[in-house]
Amino acid sequence: MKIFVCVKQVMARDSMLRLERGARWVRDDGLTYEMNEPDSFALEEALRLREKHGGEVVAVTAGPARSASTIREALAKGADRGIHIEDDRYAEADTHATAKALAGAIGREPHDLILTGLQSDDAGFGQTGVVLAELLGLPHATIIMEIDASGGRLRCKRELEAGWFQTVEMSPPALLTIQSGINRVRYATLMGIKRARRKPLKRYSPEQLGIDVAPQQSIARLYQPEQSKQTQFLKGSSKEVADQLLSKLRFEARVL
Amino acid sequence: MSVLVITEQRDGSWHRMSFEALAAGQEAARALACPLVAAVVGSGVESLAAELATKDVSEVAIIDHPALADYTADGFTEGLRQAVDRIEPTLVLFPHTYQVRDLAPKLAASLGKPFVSDTVGLRFDVGKPVFVRQLFQGKLHADVAAEGAPPHFASVQSGTYRGDTVAEGGSPAAIRRLAVEIDPATIRTQSEAPYQEAKDAVDLGSAEIIVSVGRGIQAPDNISLAAGLAKALGGELAASRPICDNGWLPLDRQIGSSGQTVTPNIYLALGISGAIQHVVGMKGSKTIVAVNKDEGAPIFEIADYGIVADLFDIVPALLKALEAEG
Repeated sequence: MKIFVCVKQVMARDSMLRLERGARWVRDDGLTYEMNEPDSFALEEALRLREKHGGEVVAVTAGPARSASTIREALAKGADRGIHIEDDRYAEADTHATAKALAGAIGREPHDLILTGLQSDDAGFGQTGVVLAELLGLPHATIIMEIDASGGRLRCKRELEAGWFQTVEMSPPALLTIQSGINRVRYATLMGIKRARRKPLKRYSPEQLGIDVAPQQSIARLYQPEQSKQTQFLKGSSKEVADQLLSKLRFEARVL
Repeated sequence: MSVLVITEQRDGSWHRMSFEALAAGQEAARALACPLVAAVVGSGVESLAAELATKDVSEVAIIDHPALADYTADGFTEGLRQAVDRIEPTLVLFPHTYQVRDLAPKLAASLGKPFVSDTVGLRFDVGKPVFVRQLFQGKLHADVAAEGAPPHFASVQSGTYRGDTVAEGGSPAAIRRLAVEIDPATIRTQSEAPYQEAKDAVDLGSAEIIVSVGRGIQAPDNISLAAGLAKALGGELAASRPICDNGWLPLDRQIGSSGQTVTPNIYLALGISGAIQHVVGMKGSKTIVAVNKDEGAPIFEIADYGIVADLFDIVPALLKALEAEG
């Protein structure tokens, strides 16, 4: 089975975000980056499917030059090769531009299964996978908690809301978006990191793929959210804060 | 020009967020001074359409076909694509449900249009919609503009509008049946009936006090600290999704869009950042207390009482204070 897994590089989860001038994105100086956590579950699922059914896992990203380190991480964890559609504009790209890049690269090769994470921790559109499927003309299913790929079919457990599930079946080639928590992700071993250096990593520019990077939706302004409640911040030593809280819950909110 | 709201139902029962999207649609239609069309999709959905027609809408569209009896991405995309072609709306609004996350990106992409997902606000600048989205896990908000010619597609996050604010209509609105053609052979996925996994007895919905832990709890061994506080307060222990994903607490203690929705008297959030997927499950709580080291954590936007501190300092202090009272 030839599996493509799409990964995105995002700001580390605890990053202090500062707005750039013009307030359309955040300043990238001083930030550290990591693999989008939902995508790490998709990568792990791809590796497990290959271990079970054989084949190849190809990690794909659309991003600026720094994103190569996320592809290397995927290679270190066990992906066989990488594809990097490189352009600085992908750092802030919308779903449409990103999905077009991924489709341009993946569409050039035969593919049985494409996995993506559920959403990214930065822009959080939660739709790149579905749009990618549409661009490639593939069936898809989202928020997948289990994949059974035996017998030439894909039998998937799809999460619905509020504790409900559903089984969805389709024939490959297909695209699945993976729910976080579907598996326990592995760490890269030292040996894996060493091996990753020798694994092939193919770079494309958008021009080479014949695609544009124009977005369909654009950020007019980024800002701190407005408080929806008047939050009382309790200050002091831990003991003082604890005493204040219990007192406020009892005598002010009257809920304790 | 019109605003089209696509409602959601399953087996003849509404998804409650349908009416939140309808409330958004009513506001959008007023702002744009254009008709509002409410659509119901399925097979045999006349009674639901009749109910929609009592609301303040210009028209109700029934998109009815045997192939739409159960949801499939292919069938619904085809049916809705034809409906959108006929209605020619300027704005198409969905509730931000799991089904919409599966469907709307495909529908919009099939028409070459943007889908602004998961909006938490809607404004109008000189007749053009401005969508508010959360970015970076809720740490920042963005005003987003859709480019290109309409229609533009957007989904409305749970709780952004209140379903009980939907305006009633004077006389029932006209109901139009849109004949759509769907070749069942083009549906490439087969879905089985939805099921619930056997649940054990944890019903967090009836708890009056909930102590809930997030990533800030750091390690499974630390869960017992929060469990101790829950016990001392006479409450239940719950968690955000990553904690259950890690297997540190069972899934049935998860609060949020994929877990339970709760409205206790006290919701004490320990080390929870407040991503929207969690917040939709608890923001109706009477009193929200948040303990987080990061003063920029979005949980503080909805907290009544905020404590910017390490939960490993605050929880023992609370336990001690409660113990001292006996």
